[in-house]
Amino acid sequence: MTAASTPPMIRMAGVDKFFGPLHVLKDVQLEVPKGQVVVVLGPSGSGKSTLCRAINRLEPIDSGTIEIDGQPLPAEGKELAQLRADVGMVFQSFNLFAHKSIVDNVMLAPVKVRKTPAAEARKSAMALLERVGIANQADKFPAQLSGGQQQRAAIARALAMRPKVMLFDEPTSALDPEMVQEVLDVMTTLAKEGMTMLVVTHEMGFARKAANRVIFMSDGEIVEDSTPEEFFSAPKSNRAKDFLGKILTH
Amino acid sequence: MGVLTNNLTLFRDGFATTLQLFLYSAVLSLLLGTFLAMLRVSPVPVFRAIGTTYVTVVRNSPLTLVFGFFVFAYPYLEIIKFDFFTSAIVALTLYTSAFICEVVRSGINTVPVGQAEASRALGLTFPQMLGSVVLPQALRSVVPPLVSTLIALLKNTTIAAGFSVSEAGAIRDSLSEQGANMLLGLTWIAFGFVVLVIPLTLLQRVLEKRWSVAR
Ligand SMILES: Nc1ncnc2c1ncn2[C@@H]1O[C@H](COP(=O)(O)OP(=O)(O)OP(=O)(O)O)[C@@H](O)[C@H]1O
Ligand SMILES: [Mg+2]
Repeated sequence: MTAASTPPMIRMAGVDKFFGPLHVLKDVQLEVPKGQVVVVLGPSGSGKSTLCRAINRLEPIDSGTIEIDGQPLPAEGKELAQLRADVGMVFQSFNLFAHKSIVDNVMLAPVKVRKTPAAEARKSAMALLERVGIANQADKFPAQLSGGQQQRAAIARALAMRPKVMLFDEPTSALDPEMVQEVLDVMTTLAKEGMTMLVVTHEMGFARKAANRVIFMSDGEIVEDSTPEEFFSAPKSNRAKDFLGKILTH
Repeated sequence: MGVLTNNLTLFRDGFATTLQLFLYSAVLSLLLGTFLAMLRVSPVPVFRAIGTTYVTVVRNSPLTLVFGFFVFAYPYLEIIKFDFFTSAIVALTLYTSAFICEVVRSGINTVPVGQAEASRALGLTFPQMLGSVVLPQALRSVVPPLVSTLIALLKNTTIAAGFSVSEAGAIRDSLSEQGANMLLGLTWIAFGFVVLVIPLTLLQRVLEKRWSVAR
């Protein structure tokens, strides 16, 4: 296939978003080709989460277009639900279903949305839990797991839908330091396997090791768009220099 | 003791009718009440309006009025004819479901918004999200007020006596016709209700215990 015949996995064009008077996304243009791993950086309140959540329409936008794999986001309804099934999302606060065991968390959407037979869904779920290293926790409830284990379960839950693209919104920010690495390891493996990923994170190690591209946001705008090497060694804008100065001294 | 032993059939039939009224109305109100709660949290404004109007009207009407409407006024509409027993179930269900609705809705509000977001992000539709994720957690968090509502329903069944249904609340009339000892008679009736409430209280304990582990 030629480049022209494969649409980017994510395409945002002229995207604006307001919260009341607050202009949170300002004319955002972004194309993420298949297989690319993009890290989104920026100070608090710069609109990173909103950008991430706009991509699967958890946050509806006010103007512009967003396409996933060439398909524009439909309005809320069955069609949108189908499209969301192909877009995995991992939240800062895990959001595992509190009343279901870990394996049931992973199985739920394949059974309900993809209509996979339960036995088959359970088998794939166990394989995924094995892959993220928590197969032995399958029958526990989320509250009985450590944060790192919960986040790995949440990643398995998203992967169970065989998504085309994965969105991560600060997946390690709520974790105790000793648990950050186990989650980043799972994400790094996923990146190596060719998953298209958009990751909001302040983990510089991950950005350097796994990302192809770094996007720096400030006040709702994409201010810089470059490779990790370029961005960390020679940021162009003052805002990025400022930001890097702050996080690197931490 | 004499009041009870002399009127064993009266008591037995009365409480059997009460129990039936209660069980039918309880199941139906739980279903209708949950459905109304779903309407009230629906993203569709018309559905929300229907749910809100229902709750506002029904919850503010005295139960005797709801009964009166079904037993005396509704037949004039000549749609489907109900016997007194069925009318009583309909009236109790319509009334109780407004309360169940509000209990369930308050339960829905206790479920963190992240649970709904995770469901939506996985591609669950709104009904799937409610049915598989939000409602199960909502119900777990409102077991005590739900059981209280059911206990109120159990006691409200006695209103049916005033509308030609011979349930436990009607035992008193028969006893007073006989000139039986009313103090004893009423005490036995009260005792009967206590006996009926005990299983509900036990059910509440079991559910609370089971579901506290699961969280
Ligand atoms: N639901 C909302 N209603 C109103 N304002 C909001 C809402 N969500 C976010 N905002 C505002 O929009 C701006 C962008 O928020 P966003 O969460 O996207 O930032 P962020 O870059 O993810 O920040 P952080 O690093 O703190 O997570 C902020 O000023 C925030 O206060
Ligand atoms: Mg954020």
